[in-house]
Amino acid sequence: MDTVFGMDAIVFWIIATMAMVNVTGALLGTFLVLRRMSLLGDAISHAVLPGLALAFILTNTREPFPMLLGALVAGLLTVLLTHLIHRYANVPEDAAMGVVFTSLFALGVVMITRVASHVDLDPGCVLYGVLESAALDTRNIAGMEVPRVAVTLSAVFLATVVFVVLFWKELKIVSFDPQLATTLGINADRVHYLLMGLVAAFTVAAFEAVGSILVVAMLIAPAATAFLLTDRLHWMTLIAAATGILIAILGRNIAAVYDAPVAGMASVVAGGLFMLAVLFAPRYGIVARRLAQVRLGLRISGEDLLGLAYRWQESGARASLTASGALEAAGGGVVSRVALWLLRRAGLLVKSGDSVRLTASGEERASRLVHRHRLWEAYLAKHLPLPDDHLHSPADRMEHFMDSDLQRQVEEQVPEPHGPSGAPR
Amino acid sequence: MSGPAPWLAVLALATLQAVLFALVGADRLLGWVQAACASAGLPYNTVMVLAGSGLLGICSAVIGSYAVLRRRSLFGDAVAHAALPGIALAYLIARERHFFSLLMGALISGVLGAMVITWLRQSTRTRQDAAIGLVLSVFFGLGIVLTSAVQRDPSGAHAGLEGFLLGKTAGLISQDLLLIAVTSANILLLVWLFQKEFLLLSFDPGFAAVQRWPVPALDILMMTLLVAATVIGLPAVGVVLMAAMLIIPGVAARFWTDRLAALLPLSGVIGLGSAIAGTYVSSIREGMPTGPVIVLAAAAVCLFSMFAAPRRGIAAGVLRRLRMQERVARQNLLRSLYELVEEAPDSAVTAEDVAGKRSWGVADALKLLRRAEARGEVRRTTDGRWTLTDLGLQRALDVVRAHRLWELYLVEQASIAADHVDRDADELEHILPPEMLHQLEDRLKQKGRWPEDRVPASVHPLEGVAGEGR
Repeated sequence: MDTVFGMDAIVFWIIATMAMVNVTGALLGTFLVLRRMSLLGDAISHAVLPGLALAFILTNTREPFPMLLGALVAGLLTVLLTHLIHRYANVPEDAAMGVVFTSLFALGVVMITRVASHVDLDPGCVLYGVLESAALDTRNIAGMEVPRVAVTLSAVFLATVVFVVLFWKELKIVSFDPQLATTLGINADRVHYLLMGLVAAFTVAAFEAVGSILVVAMLIAPAATAFLLTDRLHWMTLIAAATGILIAILGRNIAAVYDAPVAGMASVVAGGLFMLAVLFAPRYGIVARRLAQVRLGLRISGEDLLGLAYRWQESGARASLTASGALEAAGGGVVSRVALWLLRRAGLLVKSGDSVRLTASGEERASRLVHRHRLWEAYLAKHLPLPDDHLHSPADRMEHFMDSDLQRQVEEQVPEPHGPSGAPR
Repeated sequence: MSGPAPWLAVLALATLQAVLFALVGADRLLGWVQAACASAGLPYNTVMVLAGSGLLGICSAVIGSYAVLRRRSLFGDAVAHAALPGIALAYLIARERHFFSLLMGALISGVLGAMVITWLRQSTRTRQDAAIGLVLSVFFGLGIVLTSAVQRDPSGAHAGLEGFLLGKTAGLISQDLLLIAVTSANILLLVWLFQKEFLLLSFDPGFAAVQRWPVPALDILMMTLLVAATVIGLPAVGVVLMAAMLIIPGVAARFWTDRLAALLPLSGVIGLGSAIAGTYVSSIREGMPTGPVIVLAAAAVCLFSMFAAPRRGIAAGVLRRLRMQERVARQNLLRSLYELVEEAPDSAVTAEDVAGKRSWGVADALKLLRRAEARGEVRRTTDGRWTLTDLGLQRALDVVRAHRLWELYLVEQASIAADHVDRDADELEHILPPEMLHQLEDRLKQKGRWPEDRVPASVHPLEGVAGEGR
């Protein structure tokens, strides 16, 4: 076999076909995931079975075109029936989908076993796809041997790209706010059915090549991964597409190492990439969120220590503040210990023997903090009928979160805060 | 919480069963069943298959109904797919097709999949549908990778793993069927023991949590029961159709009732009926696969319910809408006639007058007039014009009263301009209940806005009525 771009032609076409599937799936999946309809691919890829069987019964051949057409009709029927049952019989959408696709699948199995049992419709190929052998079934196009599935898929791919580019604005509004779309005069139903039609066409064209399981994975995993990484629709689309390509390359190469089915391995890779995003996404990742919590805890604990030291010195207490007493007052535990260490390292607090004392810069920082605390107390006292001994604890929380803007606004309302909590607490 | 009683009962039942099995053993138990069948003259194999598939049908329908109610219909689909890696792994460890260990593998990876879905939904920004789809496809992809390793196994004892994908009732031996029947019975028993807890969990988990019920534990229990039902169904009907056994009976039963206490038995009966029908049909017709026929039977029941159910069915809805349309048209006709002849109660109008007033076609107006004539509300005068009968006048007065009351109310209370109220009142007059009319009347009387005669004058000029306000 010859080579394409310096790669073995079969390897090239496996990766290229899968990349096309993944990118198309990622583009369509973005909108499905946003509109909470991710499972449509699962439903359609199962429900095409009676369409395939009917096409075979009518034409009595296994030619690809009638088969694809039958599958497409069955796929669109799934979408339509789900929608009708949901709307007119008042059944929740997921239940409607479940009823429709499983019933159609059962019908398909019965049709195949009754009428076409002599045809070799291997259930395995429906699930895993036949990517490896599909790369061998080629047509000659412009002097190059191109696999037939790649031709069909590139048509769907192009149609999807054109659709997303042309209807970008409509898709965006319909995905986030269908009511607004309707009031703006955008036909939400038309966009919906165009999207559904493309999903059906994609599912049918792709599942022949890569099997239903990868179709389901590709309609969800890249988009769900991108959803964790960004809040902007255009970035989400691009990240999803890039994830799709990455899955194709990694999936094929890892599968080659372990001699495993490419489609199955690709969905495992997709799951792995998604888990990476779940853990390490910059904003919504579990690690990032945990770190932000720790950082916030340290800041609050440190500010509590500063405030405590300030009030201690302000009260003119004879005995000096002990480190252990301060730690206990700041909540104790590892967090306040680390917070104390950080304050000492930043030169805000010094420890001599067992007593702790504010430095000059520490005192300045602490005075601003206590100022914020007393500002809030004065504000509450002025505007809410709270008894004086109820003012401290809300202010204690608020002092950590008052930004300069809010502080200025409060200062305008209470110019001279004489906090009721002058004494150290 | 209703105390630890249900949990203790579970423990006692499990111990009892374990002791029973240890003392008697599956083979001797099956022997007894065989002897009982022989003495009753029943075919042993058929009895076993019917018992297995029937119990499976009931238990998947019942536990699936909860999933449908909790908007988790496709949970079962995901779990069924997620069981595959467990099956393959169990095979790779045990190196033989040992039914029980394969099911245990399926159970473990199924529960794991269910927990991953819950975890993704609760602690990341992934929504439920995407979480379900991810678990479904990734676990199943892993299953395919592992299965391909199984198939390369040189001992070649992997036959039967494929059966878990598509299901094969005929491939089950009586020990397998016994296991299916016993597990189903246990699941049903647990659902019965925990019915109060599951009821609250399905409808108001927040309230359950506030009442200090162990909501996460109950959720995991319900999930485990769903996975267990799915797992024992896999070898019989396969991955996809198992989802159908869970969803369809619940959806079908939901059309007939709004009460969980009725929904569960009803869906159980539908599950049992379709399981038995499917098993029967596939046993008498050569080449009819059992699983799909069971599902198609359930789908037929669902389709029938969808159209024919008395209140929630489509036919009932269409009928309701037609009746409403009929009523609205009738009332509109009566009010138009009244308003046309308001000043002179004994005068008569033509069909063209009526049509002009309501922007109806003349033919439609004539049709409505003839129907009203049949009800005795209008009659034709000698010169071919129409006039209200006494009965018609009575009914028209009621309609006009409702319309004008609502108009007055809108003008008085909602400060809507008099020329805007006609259309609003036009929509509401047909559905105002009598109590509301009385309330309106009282309020307007208190403000001295309600004239002593039955119908107040219109607040706006009447369209199509000659000589009024023009």
